Parts: sequence; structure tokens; C-alpha cells
Amino acid sequence: MDSHLMFRRRLKTRQRQAGLFKVLFMAATTVGILTLAVLIIDVLKDGLGWLDWQFITSYPSRKPEDAGLLSAFFGSLWIMFLTGLFSFPVGVGAAIYLEEYAPDNRLKRIIQTNINNLAGVPSIVYGLLGLALFVQALALGRSLLAGAFTLTLMSLPVIIIATQEAIRSVPAAHRLGAFALGATRWQVVRHIVLPSALPGILTGTILAMSRAIGEAAPMIAISALVYLTFIPGNVMDRFTVLPIQIFNWVSRPQEDFWHLAAAGIIVLLIVLLGMNAIAIFLRNRYQRRHEE
Amino acid sequence: MTNLASLEVKNLELWYGKFQALRNISFAIPRNQITAIIGPSGCGKSSLLRCFNRMNDLIPGAKVKGEVLFDGSNIYLANIDPSEIRYRIGMVFQKPNPFPKSIFDNVAFGPRVNGLGINLEDTVERALRRAALWDEVKDRLRKGALELSGGQQQRLCIARVLAVEPEVILMDEPCSALDPVATLRIEDLMRDLAKEYTIVIVTHNMQQAARVSDMAAFLMMEEDRAGILVEYSSTSEIFTNPRDKRTEDYITGRFG
Repeated sequence: MDSHLMFRRRLKTRQRQAGLFKVLFMAATTVGILTLAVLIIDVLKDGLGWLDWQFITSYPSRKPEDAGLLSAFFGSLWIMFLTGLFSFPVGVGAAIYLEEYAPDNRLKRIIQTNINNLAGVPSIVYGLLGLALFVQALALGRSLLAGAFTLTLMSLPVIIIATQEAIRSVPAAHRLGAFALGATRWQVVRHIVLPSALPGILTGTILAMSRAIGEAAPMIAISALVYLTFIPGNVMDRFTVLPIQIFNWVSRPQEDFWHLAAAGIIVLLIVLLGMNAIAIFLRNRYQRRHEE
Repeated sequence: MTNLASLEVKNLELWYGKFQALRNISFAIPRNQITAIIGPSGCGKSSLLRCFNRMNDLIPGAKVKGEVLFDGSNIYLANIDPSEIRYRIGMVFQKPNPFPKSIFDNVAFGPRVNGLGINLEDTVERALRRAALWDEVKDRLRKGALELSGGQQQRLCIARVLAVEPEVILMDEPCSALDPVATLRIEDLMRDLAKEYTIVIVTHNMQQAARVSDMAAFLMMEEDRAGILVEYSSTSEIFTNPRDKRTEDYITGRFG
């Protein structure tokens, strides 16, 4: 009877503790969501009035009312397209090699550790690497190609790691079942592993792409901070990107340019959300088709 | 014909790294019969089964010594492609493992990867009929295989193996994840399939071995945990008149 009473009293304390932690965790979530909401509202308030067709279709200008982000918008689209084109096959290929082919030895562990570390290297370092390697040593100049290669290097570790995780989550039973029917390793990868892993691979790739097109630092390092009044027509052209255009406007003293920066941020956010929407759409579509 | 050996094991030894899993196993598996491999958990029954279609090749560190003769030639010779062995010797796993694809694509998988993609519709129908699953799934061949019940999934896995028309079917405790009704259906199917195929089944279920098999091999662990073949003879011999004391102890339930 006595111990029952003690249990009751303790239970009350334990439940109070549980309630307390629930509130703490909720508060932690709220901090993030509130900050994001304030940010979005602030940006919309500042920039929405300046976001119009003229802003999208004009080149940068000294006069805020004439200025637009046409060149930066297309620069970002180019960079995104090229970076995806290079980093997706190389990243997925490397991940397939590491997971499906590479023998489990010291060399593989060294490579693995390096990839994990590279994923945490600050983007400005990739920018300096890009400047030394692609712009100067390979003499690509300050071109779209040099920029895309730089961002490819930056995205690769993220794509490789995401793809490896996705490949690892494919049940061994499916793999063995396919081998037992006489499939070769490539057939197992092609028909069993990749279809199951694809949603995870796409998610990882889009995440890496989103990060890449939001980056200003490495692009500044390879000097894409320019006043550009043409749309890049081929991969050797000079270019600029949205984050840099935004950065440029923010650093102006006139207040009107800050509104332009806010409008630019809205465009960048829409591009990012659009990419994520495409990723979710592809993932759902593929998942459903795969399971049918 | 029935007296000819389909598979013959000679002085087979299996290591996983430094651990010896099987020691000096020799016996012959007759054609068109069901041979059961029985024994306590961990004695190497499944490891032995995986030696017959070279699935142990996929385990890093696994090493096989000795010979496994299939139609008289050693499947471990350097010039033998394991894919060919697995194409001729099919395998059904412990847990039903249909691919996350449609019922049709599951059965068609083997013919497709082996380049036998002509008349797929006929091949799939024949395999499903042979696995006693056709009537249950004929109206939903394009639906996902994961929607089937456990027993249906296992018969689908059998159909998947039958579709490549192997000569031998290996079954690794094929009923251990199934309920008794589904188990009996699979056992009936096995008896039926044994008319055309050589079947080797690993089971820890003594009644199942007694019910379905013609021959039985009793495996046991030695002190270093390596599996050895204690006794091999007809199932009726093993169960009614075992020669070895250890076999008798095991089947009468004194250990294991």
C-alpha cells in the first residue's frame, strides 16, 4: 500500500517531467518556424512591390527603377543545369562503385572518410579551388563551365553520401533473390537496386542542387561578381548568378536597391521551391510506378 | 533415371574467414527426389545449401574447398560462371522475397535477365500455373507483388524460379515464415514439382522433413562449431531406424 502511494507520487513527477520536455521540444520547433515566417514576411513586404515583369526581363542598371535580374536568373538556370548534368552521373556512379563493387578494405575506408569530410568543407574553399584549378590551371576563364565544375565538386560528396544511404536501404533479400535467378551484378544494380534507391537518390541530388544554386561565396571566389548585360549563350561565356546579384544590391547604400534585393530573394526562393516541388513530384511518381 | 545423382558433394569444406562452417561433407543428391537437410540451428544447413548455387560467393571471406559435382562436373571450376549455375539451380529463400514490382514482372525477371524474353506472357502463365498461383492472380498480374499474402508471395517466388526452368530447386526453410495452411500448400506443391525437378530443402521442422522428403541428411556441429554430416539415407531409414546414436537423439527430441 505504502509503495503504491510512493509509486503514484513518483508517477506524477515523471509525468510532469514528460510534459515539460514536450513543451521544450515544441519551443525548439517554434523558434525555427517563427524565424522562417518572420523572414518570409519581411522579404515579401520589402520586395513584393518591386517584383514585376520588368524586374524579371531587365538587365542590372544603376537606376533602381530600371534594374532587373535577367542575366543572373539565366546564369543560375545555366549553372543549375550544368552542375546537375555533371554531378548526378559522377556522384551516383561513385556511390554505386563504393557500395556494390569496391572491396571492403583500407583503401575504401580512406576514400569513404575523405568523402564524409569533404561534405563538411566550407563552400569558399571550393571557390578558391575552382579559381586555381578551373579558371587558371585549366584556363577555362571565369566561364559558366568553370562555375559549374566548381559547384559540381562541392555537390559531389553530398550526392555520393545520399546515394550510398539510398543504396544501403535496399533490402539484401531483393539483391540475393535477383542473384539467385542468374542476374549479373550490373543487372542487379540496374533492375533491383537503382529502382528502389531512386527516390532517395533524387532527394539527395535536389538537396545538393538547391544548396549549390543558393551559394554566393564560391561564385564570388571565381569572380562571377560582374555587371552583366547579356544572357550567357554558351558554356564559355561569363556569367553571374542570383545570390551574387542579391548580394550586390544589398551592399548598395541606396534603400531602393535593398527592395530589389528582397525581390531577388523572392525569385530565388521560388526557383528553390520549384526545384523541390519537381523532386517531390518525380519521387512520388516513380515510387508509385515502382510499387505497382 | 531416378538413381542418377543430380548433385554430388565430395569432401566439401567451407570457411567464413577463419571460421570453418562445414567440414568434410560428402553425399549424393538423387534426381527428381526431395532431399531434406536437417539438424539443429547453426549447424550449417543453409550454408551447405548455398554451396550448391554458389551463393556463398557473395559473402566476403567465404571460401570453398572440395567439389560440388553437377551433372558430373565441378561447379567451382575457375571457368564456370556462377550466373549459369544459378540459372540452372534455382533458390527459394526463407522469407518470401518478391521484388517490389508487379506480379508479372517478378515472374518475368529471370527470363528477362537471362535473355529468354520471347513469349514472356506464356512463360509467366505457365510458371504461375505450375506454382498453383495462377487462378488467384490471373486478374491482377500488373498489380504489386507485395499486396499478396505471405503464402502467395512464397508461391510467387517459386513461380519466379520455375520461369527460368531450372533443373534443381533449392529451398531454404521455405515455410518458416508461413502459417500451417500455407505451409501445407507449399508442401503439396513440392511433392508435385518433384516429378520434374530435383529439390533440396533445408528445414528445422522434423515433421516437414518426414512428410515431404525422400532422402534426409542429418548435420550437426562439432565442438569448434563446424558442421559435419552425421548420417545420410532415405527419410524412412533416418526416422525409423537411425544408425547413429546422435541422429536418434535428435529426431526423438532429446536435444536440438
